[in-house]
Amino acid sequence: MAEPMMKPPKIAIGPVAWMRQNLFSSWYNSLLTIVVGYLVITSVGPLFSWVFLDASFLGAGPEDCTGTGACWLFINERLNFFIYGFYPGELQWRVDLMFLLLAVCFVPQFIERFPGRKWFGLFGLTGLPVVGYFLIPGGTFGMEIVQSTKWGGLMLTLILAYIGIIASLPIGIVLALGRRSEMPIIRGICVVFIEVWRAVPLITVLFMASVMLPLFLPDGMNFEKLSRALIGITLWQSAYMAEVIRGGLQAIPRGQYEAADALGLGYWKKTGLIILPQALKMVIPGIVNTFISLFKDTTLVLIIGLFDILGTVQSTITDPAWQNVAIEGYVFVAFCFWIFCFGISRYSQNLERKLDTGHKT
Amino acid sequence: MGNTMTDQTQTPGPQQSVPSQTADQPDIIRVEAMHKWYGDFHVLKDLNLNVRHGERIVICGPSGSGKSTFIRCINRLEEHQRGKIVVDNIELTDDVRHIDTVRREVGMVFQHFNLFPHLTVLENCCLSPIWVRKTPRKEAEADAMEYLKRVKIPDQANKFPGQLSGGQQQRVAIARALCMKPKIMLFDEPTSALDPEMIKEVLDVMIELAGSGMTMICVTHEMGFAKTVADRVIFMDGGEIVEEAPPHEFFTNPQEPRTQSFLQQILAH
Repeated sequence: MAEPMMKPPKIAIGPVAWMRQNLFSSWYNSLLTIVVGYLVITSVGPLFSWVFLDASFLGAGPEDCTGTGACWLFINERLNFFIYGFYPGELQWRVDLMFLLLAVCFVPQFIERFPGRKWFGLFGLTGLPVVGYFLIPGGTFGMEIVQSTKWGGLMLTLILAYIGIIASLPIGIVLALGRRSEMPIIRGICVVFIEVWRAVPLITVLFMASVMLPLFLPDGMNFEKLSRALIGITLWQSAYMAEVIRGGLQAIPRGQYEAADALGLGYWKKTGLIILPQALKMVIPGIVNTFISLFKDTTLVLIIGLFDILGTVQSTITDPAWQNVAIEGYVFVAFCFWIFCFGISRYSQNLERKLDTGHKT
Repeated sequence: MGNTMTDQTQTPGPQQSVPSQTADQPDIIRVEAMHKWYGDFHVLKDLNLNVRHGERIVICGPSGSGKSTFIRCINRLEEHQRGKIVVDNIELTDDVRHIDTVRREVGMVFQHFNLFPHLTVLENCCLSPIWVRKTPRKEAEADAMEYLKRVKIPDQANKFPGQLSGGQQQRVAIARALCMKPKIMLFDEPTSALDPEMIKEVLDVMIELAGSGMTMICVTHEMGFAKTVADRVIFMDGGEIVEEAPPHEFFTNPQEPRTQSFLQQILAH
């Protein structure tokens, strides 16, 4: 007879047991562990010394890069250019303020108990672009104008990615709903829009935006290059977004539509309260995937003469004063991208966990 | 709280099967010469049905006989192509306003519950009163709690549907429909997707509701329920209404051969 309160069997615990179970459970697993361990040690060691031990961090110029490791001095020296591009030094506080606001809005999103973090996030999505619209170019409230041709570096990358992301989501939702509409004209327009934009490479879109669009616009109507690029990126991105969201819409069981109909909810209430919340939640991984790929695709603006972070780095590594700093430059860019993309990814995982109401209908 | 529930204090006991208390009531649903096709397939053929205020109708029949399609036409989840359906003096046409008005007055309970999984039980119940009836949130929540008490699950109000058993989910679905204070309730095989031990808890709620004077149309295979609460039983086969009779007559003395063979099959086991 079983004991009245049976406990689950005790599993062996402790580091030795863990290693035995996971690393050395059989002879071939032991062999694999040893081979992989050897590879890790032989590759990580030199990498570590290149990045830290043998690297030069401080100094006045190229001549101080004496170590055999990385010359971080170069990054240090040009950091201002990598972050702000040609934005005038005495006005950079405006950009700094935007960075600060961005951090204030989104860092709380990672802290579970932060009071009112929803409102910070909401401001980040709606208020922040408005503030940026006035602050960064200047020209209002007595602020000096800074032409968009002077913008560059990380700041430009963030502007492109941020606007692209927050504008493409609502446009994508509208397109996805339109594509599933019962009205043939609306559906037709959305299908054509999506299929055309999605079938064109981003490089082509950017070329068209910078070279061909001005030819079609009437005289005197002239967007600056950055706005044109932004519009191109946003429309291109929203076509992708629409298809991701459509995937979510199609996964909603018909019963949900019928229940909403039977309760007398009209089209917009049904869509806004029942269908979209479930559909969007389902496709968070797809949406985030699209965001991250857009974030990295912004580097393509280099080819129309905008200097994003990759562009600024690339233009300085050819400086004759600095020799052989290309690797440092690219590692730096990769690291910056990784920080942001990893942040986005972590946040989305957080969100998925929080929104999971433990249902599968 | 809706006065529908307090109108009639005495509940018909299980024995007291269907006196026609509703004989003098006006019709609330009129279906006249209604036809429906899916493509070329003629699903519903010349249906005629009048339902009086407070009447309880059970529709039964073999699967594929069009019974679900029929009641789904009554709140226009399905369109009919010929004939006329008038609900609460409003004719169902393509006019979206008419459809919305009718749906506000007609509650529906589905075979697969169709609760909204991203909302709690209470939010499921309050959603429509708040957004469609424009009831203030406080009031809607208080109402919803009353109905949840009535279906005997007030303690689950803050859970998500996915955390409840099938029987509990179906009772929430009934409460959700009642929160709109409908004049008519449609039940589309409400117990067919349930485990046997949960069927009773849902039927009990439906029997209690029938006792309160609600106009009900139920598509169901629960013949015990039909005998207990129905004023009329309708037998459908092949998209037609084959026979229509008070339950006592229907079960003891069916006229049509198709009804007889159907009853033999389901009552045999």
